[in-house]
Amino acid sequence: MTAHVRERTGPRLGMLRSISLHTVVIILGAFVVVPLLFAVIGGFKDTGQLSTNPFGLPSPWVPENYTDVLFSGSFWRQLVNSIFVAVATTLIVVGLSAMAAYVFARFAFRGREFLYTLFAMGLMFPFAVAILPLFVLLRTLGLLDNPFGVILPQAAFGLPMTIIILRAFFRTIPREVEEAATIDGCTSFGFFWRILLPMARPALATVSVLAVVASWNNFFLPLVIFNDPNWWTIPLGVQQFTGQYSADTARILAYIVLAMVPALAFYAVAERQLIGGLTAGATKG
Amino acid sequence: MTRPALTDRPAAAADLPRRAGPGSAPSARRRRFRGLATITLFLLPALVLFGLLVLAPIVLAAYTSLYKWNGLGGLPQNWIGLDNFTRMFADDVFLGDLRRGAVLIILSLVIQLPLALAIAMLLNQKMRGRAFYRLLFFAPYVLSEVITGVLFNMILSPESGLANQILGAIGLSSLESSWLAEPDTVMMSLFLVMVWKYFGFHMILYLAGRQSIPKELGEAASIDGAGPWKQFRYVTLPLLGPTIRISVFLSIIGAIQLFDLVWVLTAGGPIHSSETMAVTMFQFGFKRSQIGYGSAISVVMFLISLVFALGYQRFVMRRDTQGAITTMGDQR
Repeated sequence: MTAHVRERTGPRLGMLRSISLHTVVIILGAFVVVPLLFAVIGGFKDTGQLSTNPFGLPSPWVPENYTDVLFSGSFWRQLVNSIFVAVATTLIVVGLSAMAAYVFARFAFRGREFLYTLFAMGLMFPFAVAILPLFVLLRTLGLLDNPFGVILPQAAFGLPMTIIILRAFFRTIPREVEEAATIDGCTSFGFFWRILLPMARPALATVSVLAVVASWNNFFLPLVIFNDPNWWTIPLGVQQFTGQYSADTARILAYIVLAMVPALAFYAVAERQLIGGLTAGATKG
Repeated sequence: MTRPALTDRPAAAADLPRRAGPGSAPSARRRRFRGLATITLFLLPALVLFGLLVLAPIVLAAYTSLYKWNGLGGLPQNWIGLDNFTRMFADDVFLGDLRRGAVLIILSLVIQLPLALAIAMLLNQKMRGRAFYRLLFFAPYVLSEVITGVLFNMILSPESGLANQILGAIGLSSLESSWLAEPDTVMMSLFLVMVWKYFGFHMILYLAGRQSIPKELGEAASIDGAGPWKQFRYVTLPLLGPTIRISVFLSIIGAIQLFDLVWVLTAGGPIHSSETMAVTMFQFGFKRSQIGYGSAISVVMFLISLVFALGYQRFVMRRDTQGAITTMGDQR
């Protein structure tokens, strides 16, 4: 596009355009980056410095905010809880969805489209709508302050998206592959387990990444299910820490920076799967 | 082949006849039984989990919404018919929730999405560092709402928050404000945080949509003498239709269900001036143990989402399954 513009308007105007273009992007970049930088650098200040010296580098540097958090057991405890909940949720939702998606993609039976539509409708109802009755239900089942009180509902609400993505992928695997496997004596389960799942590795990676991120950031459900601090996940820990040290801004900044690290690290590693999964539904008509 | 998740209506069952094809009689029956067993075994776990934890709660909410119930004891006893609903629609806070939801939706559609679209178009061009910017703009989406909320609580704090410090430093101290603590500015501040957190997500959607448009179309238009603006207006924008419609849909559904960010930033305050339906539901259902009334709010949220989603699919996204534009997309 730029090349065409340059042809028509001459090099000088093209350069002007590209400079103004850069300016817009840089301003917006600053809008995104400044809060993050403020948090990282602010974590090295003390609260006095934050108001007297808001923009400069810390002097002196106060690493205690960070080290205090790192040496406190509760941060690591929350990290382990978050990891456990995320991994368990992902295993359950991807496992069950793969099985269901296999049936939806490869078998014909009465009521298939009805059941599939039922699952697909679930896309429209995130936690907020169901959380109160869910709480009543889980209390009856004795799942409060139990990690499965968070894991199972998260998995249930993840089913629609996961099934839709996996079904679409399973449909792209040629029927000949299945026929060849059947001729070689493969059962349906053998085909699913030994051929379909290995072939679907990229799609499985995508839905797993989506499930991990959703679980990692979930706040509403753990908030109502976990009363016991021993089960708190990172979002709950952040909220609690903020209440506890509300006057000590710098310490809170250090805490949230450390809480950001795992999510950003995961994003750095799994960027392609994450973005691929999020945009899968929205682009290809 | 990945059809858009939200428009994925029952596809033509092209593979129906093949399965049911003829075979030798006894083995066909056996295979059929085997098939049925496989279907049941594979489908049942997901169906049970979904039925128990997604569908049952919605039914349960409809049931409890007809009772006055503090959540104690077995099942609710005190049947009050539709009183919870009449109370809700006479409640200024709830009516305010609806108005504030509408404000957020309109702000989102008028400011956030066009901004995301503009940035996506800029980043689609060849420029230095565009991969970096893409990574950067999307990063806030990965952070949890809680972290975002706490961070912006610090930044927008009236005493020595970063926002006021910056305004003071560039000589605009007249614009300093107490942001989240002021009923007049709280919605604007909330929206600002939402833009920070979510515009990168919409940008990524648009970028992906833009990249799936064949280059030749732009080239053809430019040969026909269309400048960059005309190319955008008459080629890119119409072809981005499906993506834009999904992005609008997600944005509206998100606003209807908004909870985490508001809860952490303001808890709905000051004096309900940033409260959303989900926050009101949480206040009554969990904080004041009025489970019946809280359930009634859940039911209304559910109905609003349902009516909106079905209507949107029926009248807006419908176009995506017909017409030349998307058919072309399908064939590629």
